[in-house]
Amino acid sequence: MSAALPIIAVVAVAVGTALAGTFGLRRVRTTRDFYVASRTVSPRWNAAAIGGEYLSAASYLGIAGLILAFGFDVLWYPVGYTAGYLVLLAVVAAPLRRSGAYTLPDFAEIRLGSATVRRAASVLVVLIGWLYLVPQLQGAGLALTTQAGAPHWLGGLVVCAVVLVAVAAGGMRSITFAQALQFWVKLVAMLVPALVLIAVWQHRDDGVGAGYPTAPSRTVVHLSAGTSVRVQVPETLTVSGTLDTRRVDGPVALTRGTHRLGAGTTVTLERGDVVPVVTSLPAQRNASWLQPLGSGRAHPLYASLSLILAICLGTMGLPHVLVRFYTNPDGRDTRRTTLVVIVLLSAFYLLPTVFGAFGRHYVPDLLLTGDTDATVLLLPQRMLPGWPGTILGAVLTAGAFAAFLSTSSGLTVSVAGVLSQGVFRRRSEPFRARRIRSFRLGAVAAIAVPYLLSLPTEHLGLAAVVGLAFAVAAATFCPLLVLGIWWRRLTDAGALAGLASGGLLATAAVLITIVAGPQGGWSGALLAQPAAWAVPLTFAVMGAVSLATQTRVRADVGRILVRLHVPETLAGELRSLGRSSPEPDRSAQPDSRLTT
Amino acid sequence: MDPTALLAVLAVLVALSGALYLIRHRRDLGTSADRATFDTLHTASLAAPALRSGLTAPGAERAVKHLRTLLGTAAVALTDREQLLASDGEPHPVHQHAACAPTDASRVLAEGRTVILSAREVACTSPECPVRVAVASPVVDGDAVVGALVAYGRESSAHLVRAVEEVARWVSAQVELASADAARTQLIEAELRALRAQISPHFVYNSLSAIASFVRTDPERARDLLLEFADFTRYALRRGGEFATLSDELRNTERYLVLEQARFGERLRLSLRVAPEVLPIAVPFLVVQPLVENAVRHGLENAAGVVTVSISATDGGPVAVICIEDDGAGADPELVRAALGGDDAAGARGGAVGLANVDARLRQVYGDQYGLVVETAPDAGTKVTFRVPKFAPGVRAEPVRARPARPA
Repeated sequence: MSAALPIIAVVAVAVGTALAGTFGLRRVRTTRDFYVASRTVSPRWNAAAIGGEYLSAASYLGIAGLILAFGFDVLWYPVGYTAGYLVLLAVVAAPLRRSGAYTLPDFAEIRLGSATVRRAASVLVVLIGWLYLVPQLQGAGLALTTQAGAPHWLGGLVVCAVVLVAVAAGGMRSITFAQALQFWVKLVAMLVPALVLIAVWQHRDDGVGAGYPTAPSRTVVHLSAGTSVRVQVPETLTVSGTLDTRRVDGPVALTRGTHRLGAGTTVTLERGDVVPVVTSLPAQRNASWLQPLGSGRAHPLYASLSLILAICLGTMGLPHVLVRFYTNPDGRDTRRTTLVVIVLLSAFYLLPTVFGAFGRHYVPDLLLTGDTDATVLLLPQRMLPGWPGTILGAVLTAGAFAAFLSTSSGLTVSVAGVLSQGVFRRRSEPFRARRIRSFRLGAVAAIAVPYLLSLPTEHLGLAAVVGLAFAVAAATFCPLLVLGIWWRRLTDAGALAGLASGGLLATAAVLITIVAGPQGGWSGALLAQPAAWAVPLTFAVMGAVSLATQTRVRADVGRILVRLHVPETLAGELRSLGRSSPEPDRSAQPDSRLTT
Repeated sequence: MDPTALLAVLAVLVALSGALYLIRHRRDLGTSADRATFDTLHTASLAAPALRSGLTAPGAERAVKHLRTLLGTAAVALTDREQLLASDGEPHPVHQHAACAPTDASRVLAEGRTVILSAREVACTSPECPVRVAVASPVVDGDAVVGALVAYGRESSAHLVRAVEEVARWVSAQVELASADAARTQLIEAELRALRAQISPHFVYNSLSAIASFVRTDPERARDLLLEFADFTRYALRRGGEFATLSDELRNTERYLVLEQARFGERLRLSLRVAPEVLPIAVPFLVVQPLVENAVRHGLENAAGVVTVSISATDGGPVAVICIEDDGAGADPELVRAALGGDDAAGARGGAVGLANVDARLRQVYGDQYGLVVETAPDAGTKVTFRVPKFAPGVRAEPVRARPARPA
């Protein structure tokens, strides 16, 4: 029963998603309904769709886990995820919609007219997409392992399969409605358990306390891999297995300091025992956990500032965000959509915070294994043992799978589009069949590569890896978009130099962090949070190289900027005014004579 | 013979030989390097007219011997993407090498850069054959490799490679000029076609007749229909703007269908499935309505009973997929193929007059791989599908100006 329920929930979400995508289109019988059906999506629907695609494994599972481990400082993640849309709204949303670009490489080509910059942008889209997909697939594996005891590779495989079937069946036909539905599924699937748990907590009148986290009740923790833990206070725990290279079975006195627990060891925590904390997470008292800059990491101020910068500026560079804005009929509706997105996201992000704070009190044993991403999934069973907890757990698993599926399908389609145009396609592809095949090949590559990357079990927190994807996006596309839209002197050479330097440095920092794990000291802090230095660097390089290559500014830059900034209705007026003048209307072709 | 005559003959001979000497040894012809340049330019000018119609077999036949003169190699061959177009070389056994040119050029066609083939790959068993190496260089039109120039010689030197590359580039320039000519012609044809697509005389006549039938019985409806007709013609006859959004195209199709339903009543049923994501995409002006008109006219006029016309527009990753289907009379696929090939008479019989027009315009804007796909058989209905890239450089919809308020 307890294993079957989550599986039923996952299957229901997968099938529901496919059906919503296929049958979400309206059928009409008379011409009178024709116009109703063909009108555009309202900003509210579109905003829900954006939210649906945006709320990923990081938001659903990752943030609560990070809050459990690090506390107050992690609140910057949800704040940043939401505020990123504010930046998007203020700086790029409407001009980007007016540009007619469907993807970021399209924008690069429209603004700079350079195939090389387009290729560089394509490479970055694929890179960011992959980096963002890895935690989605890891999260899926974690969810199925936690809830149904499945092997860790299975969950990711399920997500890959559903996404690929949807793409092979001609893509989800009405992505907007499917994604909007996913948003409400995720919100409700998290809201209902959260309300129940809040009621239970109110009823029990529990508090977090100021000391080290302690087990709320007798808990048996099984360690599947060897783990180093830090013990804060000398205490006696029941350990069965390997402790610091000797076999133990029964109560042992643990001294203050670091101990090594072998694979297969079982630790039994009695009510009130202080939980030993895995060495990769900080062990701090609940008092400092609740304080700003009290996360226990090195250089917390720098880390927080850099994180805020990465997430706020990185949102605009995510490959699957831009596509949604195209559904709006004009720039004005785009701004309204963004506003609604901010409201919806603000409401949603209250919930992971609740789970994270409860997790500190009810599932602190996750600090011992380090699997804090499982907080959301485990919490209901711990607070409400028996069938109510199981049902709530199944609901949360369904919501989590909705998160994995919606984000993964959006990203896969975006990355596959870029791959099929740039990699799997010859210069003059003569046959339609091959072109469709190249898109499907692209889809397979788009999700298979991150799946393979997600398989190694050692991983950073889900939200942390997503944070790194944001950092790369912030260090590359943010300067390209901001300067491209607001600075007429940007040149293709400058953009290319900026993308190359920002992309290489940020990616290198990210890869070092992922492969070698978090490092200590200033160098570790700089590598783990590259945005604070990489973003200004990219801006500087783009600006300097552009100023040095002013001869390469496009002759028709004025016309392009007008197109980006003038509202559509006004643009129509301008063009019709221009047509009545004797000057021939040649606006479709770049013509330097008209602008000089 | 009198001496005067003899003297005259002598004088004429001396004058002639003097003139001959002057002609043959004119100092102002310049140095030998200059003369080599002139010779090269002259040879090139002889080859140029042959290539002005593009890479064709007759043109290549005439050009290739001049190209061999330019290169001075044992044999030269010119191929397109599939086959040998023409070759020129010393007599057998050299000439058989040129016959293998398509095989030798396959790597060039695939990779788009100059390839040097060593003796192991090209040399034959014949001892007196001078061919030891081949240099193959691509002929490029725009950014597509359309053919290859292959030169067979005794040894590969940097000199030969450079020469072959330069000649191939010169041939490319000629081919590009030819396709620029073709594009200009196509553009004029496309404008004519667009003009023809704008409105069909049958439709004007039928609509006005249908409206006339309502004038007495239902004047209110007649007025609405007339206004729809006015809006339809306003859109269809608008000037300028090669592209429109799919949303505008569908709205115009709606007006068309309102008018057709006035005529056919219950016999015409509609089904519409449109993914809202694809509505803002720019498509060539008037591509949807002619296809729907084709479905209505051919499907309903040639079949009895109720006919359903389905229109769908879906999102397919980097493209939008638009599909117009009817369950009416259907047509012989051969007639439709002939119509798409430009045979209007066959089109009229197969009910595919609008198709060829739309097909040609789609191909012209997006390239040959974006033409119409027609699935049909007699009595099995017709399904017309096409794909439009969501983003193509230079393609952008002109916003339609706001409609003036209707007179009350």
